[in-house]
Amino acid sequence: MIARMSYAEGIRSGFGYLFKNYPNVFAIGQGLWSPWYVGSSMTDLDKDFGRERVIDSQVSELSVTGAAVGASLFGYRPIVIHPRIDFMLLAVDQIVNQAAKWHHMLGGQVSPSLVIRAIINRGGEQGAQHSQALHSWFAHIPGLRVVMPATATDARDLLIAATLSNDPVLYIDDRWLYDWEDEASPVVELDLAKQGPLVRRPGTDLTIAAASFSVRLAMHAAEELAKQGISAEVVDVRVLNPMHPKPIIDSVRKTGRLLAVDGGWKNCGFAGELLALASESLPTSTWMAPPRRITLVDAPAPTSRPLEDAYYTTAADVVAAATALVGQKVPA
Amino acid sequence: MAAEQFGYATGFRDTLGDLADPKCYTGALDLAQVENDWALAKLRDMLLVRVAEEVVGDLAESGEARCPCHLGIGQEAVAVGVSAHLKSTDRVFGAHRSHSHYLALGGGLIELFGEVLGKEIGSSKGMGGSMHLYGPEFGFHGSVPIVGATIPIATGAGLACKMDGAGAVAVSYFGDGAAEEGILHESLNMAAILKLPVIFVCENNLFSSHLDIHLRQPQNSVARFATAHAVPAQVVDGNDVVAMARATEQLVARARAGEGPGFIEAITYRWRGHVGPKEDVDVGVRRQPGELVAWKHRDPVRRLADALVARGAIAADAVQVITEELRAKCSDALEQARNAPYPPVSNLLDFVYQRGNP
Repeated sequence: MIARMSYAEGIRSGFGYLFKNYPNVFAIGQGLWSPWYVGSSMTDLDKDFGRERVIDSQVSELSVTGAAVGASLFGYRPIVIHPRIDFMLLAVDQIVNQAAKWHHMLGGQVSPSLVIRAIINRGGEQGAQHSQALHSWFAHIPGLRVVMPATATDARDLLIAATLSNDPVLYIDDRWLYDWEDEASPVVELDLAKQGPLVRRPGTDLTIAAASFSVRLAMHAAEELAKQGISAEVVDVRVLNPMHPKPIIDSVRKTGRLLAVDGGWKNCGFAGELLALASESLPTSTWMAPPRRITLVDAPAPTSRPLEDAYYTTAADVVAAATALVGQKVPA
Repeated sequence: MAAEQFGYATGFRDTLGDLADPKCYTGALDLAQVENDWALAKLRDMLLVRVAEEVVGDLAESGEARCPCHLGIGQEAVAVGVSAHLKSTDRVFGAHRSHSHYLALGGGLIELFGEVLGKEIGSSKGMGGSMHLYGPEFGFHGSVPIVGATIPIATGAGLACKMDGAGAVAVSYFGDGAAEEGILHESLNMAAILKLPVIFVCENNLFSSHLDIHLRQPQNSVARFATAHAVPAQVVDGNDVVAMARATEQLVARARAGEGPGFIEAITYRWRGHVGPKEDVDVGVRRQPGELVAWKHRDPVRRLADALVARGAIAADAVQVITEELRAKCSDALEQARNAPYPPVSNLLDFVYQRGNP
């Protein structure tokens, strides 16, 4: 039987690999010595590798992130952990004004080589400040690489690639993926600069482009669509900034239809960017239907259950949108 | 009193006392136990900062320098005093007003003027300007104008020093305005709890931009923030290079020995406005011509020179002679910076990310 690895195990395995092989890597953030904050993604790392390298920090998102920027200038490769991306907003100056800018504004002489790991942790009636997915904000910033793994293997290998990258990287993982399993495979040290979108499932009728948890929705939807005779190609974008759009454009050139699925909001968001880059790159003759997107509605996350059920996108929503997009193939 | 007149800060406490009164601390420095060579070197260092900043002021005035230039003329003793006890392996971070921090550590004039003019020969390859200086080979690891932003970065540099275990220290320069940012509190707390070798140096020049400290804080000494975090603090006449060096020596020695962070509040006053070459006597509150004249009596350069003259270590016209010599040196450097090329336009995209992986 082939061994399986969950997404959370992938993250933990990535940390273990980094701590074992790279003495200049350390992790710092709130809750790292506790089982509550980061799920099972960092269990016992402090016991295995020492509390000098796995530092449970003060409740100070800004100074902790700034300290990681500072340490990264002197040969260290810190990984700052923000157990909820909502709280990371207190650290935005260090991410956007500092980490992302220093290499450019100091003439390419120094690069903050840190990873900022932010966790999307939503659902369960947690409400407006415990539920956000803010990747679109950060993918707007030149100089900040933004990575959103969807699979267990990527969760591990992109964490390693992000840490070994000399550029600052925002690595965003999603608690709704923690139980999603992959076949376990050996660690591969990837060059993050060369990573781009991957086709997770080939198809011919439409392209569903997504990242992170939305890839999981897209994969489930593609299975359903196959039963209806619709062949969906799922493209996992993986790296949101800087984006390598070619695999997405190639896919849409083949299928003639694009459905972008994103767990963020609509206005000025990631899904809109996918539509824009495909639209401006392909001639009108390519398009068999106008591209579409599924996002959250432009509203904060609610708490009450019926509102929450209405708020989040489901695989059934993706199936419905894809079916509409492939209009002529809708069964009678 | 100005503060009450504007309806702010009733109950303001003057916790600086004589240090905030420009009528005090105007005499020659006490050079007991100070060697002539050391003092003369500091006089030259301060004059170099002053003359170089006057050149930058002229460039800003003429419009040849277009980036925002924040001059620290009048505050030279702070950086020169602190740098007296730093090594090139220490890690110093500045802010928007950092020409003095850069030059006092040994930063080059061509690289300073080149950066201000946006030339490739500049310290940041012409990509940063006056507010983004860089010189890691002599310990200056960057300056930025987002107020307080380098405070946690210096704290992290201190964490790296601690992890290295080689006795280096980090230094964070910031102003009294930055003491109003929450990040100072976070960083002092972090440095204290992790016992990091970080020296926090607040240049309290009593103004943030146009606004007097009386209108911004209920007390005028900011060392209270260090005390609140159990970080040893010294409040020093920032226009006394000897006092600045002594305070630094003590706190740096503790930090190198693994005893944790220190805080210096250097009371000083800038002779020019917040940004650019003007004196800003027409804006803000209490920054009036009379007050500026009064503060110029606490000139850090003259006070040291007077002491050296009194001791017979230098001639009465020594400051004049050194100033002329440094002006000539600055003129040469400026010509080289002027003649240097601008950065290639390809830098725009080439410097967004670093190429390759380790």
